[in-house]
Amino acid sequence: MSSSASGAVASARAPLVPRSRAPSRAADERARRARRLGLRAIALGYLALLLVAPVAMIFYRTFAHGLAPVWHAVSAANAQHAFWLSLEVVAIAVPLNTVFGIGIALLLERGRFRGRALLGMLIDLPFAISPVVVGLALVLVYGKTGWFGNWLAANGIAVIFSVPGMVLATAVVSLPFVARETIPVLHELGTDSEQAAATLGASRWQTFMRITLPGIRWGVVYGVVLTTARALGEFGAVSIVSGRIEGQTQTLPLYVQDRFENFDITGAYAAAVVLALLALATLLAMNLLTRHTRPGEAVT
Amino acid sequence: MRRLSAGAWRARGGSALGRGLLGIYLSALVLLPVSAVLAKSTTGGASAFWREISNPEAVAAIKLTLVVSAIVVVTNAVFGTLIAWVLVRDEFPGKRIVNALIDLPFALPTIVAGVVLLALYGKGSPMGINVAFTRASIALALLFVTLPFVVRSVQPVLHELDVSMEEAAASLGAGPATILRRIVLPSLTPAIISGVALSFARAVGEFGSLVLITGNLPFKTEVGSVYVFGQIESDNLPGAAAVSIVLLLAALAVLAALSVLSRWRSGHVV
Repeated sequence: MSSSASGAVASARAPLVPRSRAPSRAADERARRARRLGLRAIALGYLALLLVAPVAMIFYRTFAHGLAPVWHAVSAANAQHAFWLSLEVVAIAVPLNTVFGIGIALLLERGRFRGRALLGMLIDLPFAISPVVVGLALVLVYGKTGWFGNWLAANGIAVIFSVPGMVLATAVVSLPFVARETIPVLHELGTDSEQAAATLGASRWQTFMRITLPGIRWGVVYGVVLTTARALGEFGAVSIVSGRIEGQTQTLPLYVQDRFENFDITGAYAAAVVLALLALATLLAMNLLTRHTRPGEAVT
Repeated sequence: MRRLSAGAWRARGGSALGRGLLGIYLSALVLLPVSAVLAKSTTGGASAFWREISNPEAVAAIKLTLVVSAIVVVTNAVFGTLIAWVLVRDEFPGKRIVNALIDLPFALPTIVAGVVLLALYGKGSPMGINVAFTRASIALALLFVTLPFVVRSVQPVLHELDVSMEEAAASLGAGPATILRRIVLPSLTPAIISGVALSFARAVGEFGSLVLITGNLPFKTEVGSVYVFGQIESDNLPGAAAVSIVLLLAALAVLAALSVLSRWRSGHVV
C-alpha cells in the first residue's frame, strides 16, 4: 500500500520518478539473485549428498590402496565368471527385447485394433511390478512345481536355476524400454514416406528397412541403451530364478552381494566399481543420444 | 488421424506371423507369469489369502513399505521440482554435467546403489552418520533410486512454460510466493503428480538397493519386497504370492488414482 502511495506522489513530481524507483528495482534484483543462488545451493547440495558424494566415496575407497588389490579382486575366477555370465545374459535378452520392442511399438502406434490400450498397459506392467515378484512369477510358471514344470522336466529343459531363466527374468524387467522410446519417434515420423514407398511398389519389408527403421533408429538406440543398463544391473528377479550358485549362476550384481555378505569388502567394491563404470558409460551414451532424439529437452 | 483400411492396417501393424510371435513373447514374459502369481495367491481360497496377508510380519512389512514410500515421494515432489527448476531456469558452469547425473540412479545397478550408500552413510562413515539397519536407511535408498522421476517429468513442462506470464504477474505486484502458487505450480502439478506416481510404484517394489543397507530385520526394517523374497526362500509360495498381489495392487491403485487426479487437475487449469 505505502509503496504505491509513494509512487503516486513521485509521479506527481515528474523529475523524481526515475530516481525514486531505481533503488527499489535494484533491491528487487538483489532479492531475485539471492533467491536464485539459494535455490541453486539447495538443489546442488541435495544432489551432492545423495548422489555424487556416495559414488565418489566408493571410487575413493576402492582405489585407496592402489590398483593392485582391485586388479587382484576383479581377476578372481568367480568374479570373471560373473562378469562373462552377465554379458552372456545381456547379449541374449537385449536383442530379444529390441526386436520385440520395435514390434510392440509398431503395433501400438500404427495398429488399430481392440485391446490396444490393454496391450499398452501390459507392456508397462514390468515397471509397476517388484523385481522380486517377477522372479516369483517366473518360478510359478517355469519352476519345478510350476505350470510348465513337468513338461520342461520331461523334455530335459532347465529354465529356473539356469541361464534361460535368468535371461527370461532380465527380459521381463527390461521389456518396456525399447517400445516406450520408439513409440514417440514413430508418432513423430508419421506415415507419409511409408505410404509413398508403398505406392512406388516397395514391399512391406523394404519399406520397413529403408524408410521406417532409419527414421526411428535414434529412438531405438536410446531404448537399447536403457535396456542394456537395466539388464546388466538386474538383481531381484535374477536373484530368485538363478539360485545364486557361485561360479555357475552368479551374475556380477549377485557377486557384489555375495562378496559384501562374506565380508570381502575389497571384492565387493571392485565389482561394484566395474558396474558403476558401465553405468557412467551408459550415462554418457544417453547424453550423447539425447541430442539426436529429444533436441527440445537437451539443456544447453 | 483417419482410420486405415484393413489392408493398410496390416501393412502398418506387421504381418500375422509377427503378431503371433509377439503374442507368444508377451504371454511367456508377462501375461502367464502374472496370472500364475494371481492363481497361486488364491489357491487356498479367500480365507487362505487373508491368513497370509494378515500375518503380523506381513502386515508390518506392507505398512512400512507404504509409509516410507509415501514419505519418499513427498520429498521427491519438493526436491525434484526444485532441482528441475534450477536446471531449467538457472545458469551456472557445469549445468550440463549436473543434468546428466540426474539419470545416474537409473543407470546404476540397484545393488551397487546400496553398496555406494553404505560406503558413505554406513558403518565407518567419514561423515559420522550410520543409518545402516535403521528405517532411515530405507528412505535414503528409496530417495536415491527414485530421484530422476519427478525431475525428468517436470523439466520438459517447465521448459515449455511461458515466462511472460510470470513477468506479467510480477509487474502487477505479485510476490514470488504468489507467482509460484498461482502461476507456476498449477501448470506443473500434472507433471509432478505423474513423477510422484512413478516414484511410488518404484518405491513399493524396490528390492536391490535395500538388501544390504536395511539388514532386513522383521518388524523393524523389513519391507514388502524383502518379505516376499524371504517367503520364496522358505518355500511358502502362496504367502509370497499373496503379499505380491497386495504390493502390486497398491502400486497400480496409486498409479490409477494419480492419473485420474492429474487429468482432473489439468482439466481445471487449462
